[in-house]
Amino acid sequence: MTSDPLVISPAIRDEIVAYARDHAPRECCGVIAGQDGAATQPHRLTNLEPGVSRYLCDDEEFFRVYWEIENRGESLLAVYHSHPVTVAWPSKTDVEFAFWPEAVYLICSLQVPEDPVFRGFRIVDGEISEVELG
Amino acid sequence: MTDAGTIQVLIPTPLRQYTGGEAKVTASGDTVAVVLEDLHTRFPGIGDRIREDDGEIRRFVNVFVNGQNVRRLQGAATPVKGGDEVGIIPAMAGGQ
Repeated sequence: MTSDPLVISPAIRDEIVAYARDHAPRECCGVIAGQDGAATQPHRLTNLEPGVSRYLCDDEEFFRVYWEIENRGESLLAVYHSHPVTVAWPSKTDVEFAFWPEAVYLICSLQVPEDPVFRGFRIVDGEISEVELG
Repeated sequence: MTDAGTIQVLIPTPLRQYTGGEAKVTASGDTVAVVLEDLHTRFPGIGDRIREDDGEIRRFVNVFVNGQNVRRLQGAATPVKGGDEVGIIPAMAGGQ
């Protein structure tokens, strides 16, 4: 398992923050395509969970986007979601539902609304390890 | 004579350890359940990641036939025919 950094441009970060703010107090979710550890394109996905503390990506949308990414020769580098009022650290639920060990789990915290915080993690067999973001 | 035909199966990255890294494989069958059993026979272990003991699809795995989630069709009993595409993908979920 690589622990190489994930490179995410300011433009992609801004796009995710905009989506997170639009969705607050609910969580937003999406995936990031890329190659060789560099993010190229974020994809917004619909959060099907009605509450404010969970996310479940729309399955048909996720399936379609995932294969669009694969078919253009890129990889699903990261999955992101927002924590509207808590820190950017994986919750128990995040760990329990981490079915993508190859992906970086990127969390955008809006705990301090004017100062969004991004942190990335790999979650493999219940173990969390932080990934440097470049 | 029934020809079950060849089904293309799309394998997501978390399950490619079972298919030798292949993203697209073929399988045979006239329902999703039969296709998954064929897949499991050829790639031992993969079926356990997709199915419950009773053969239904695991809660946090989604299986699609031509882009439609089989949960909205007939589950594992959803019929398939040659030329169809079966896609498997783990759910993406979590929470704060």
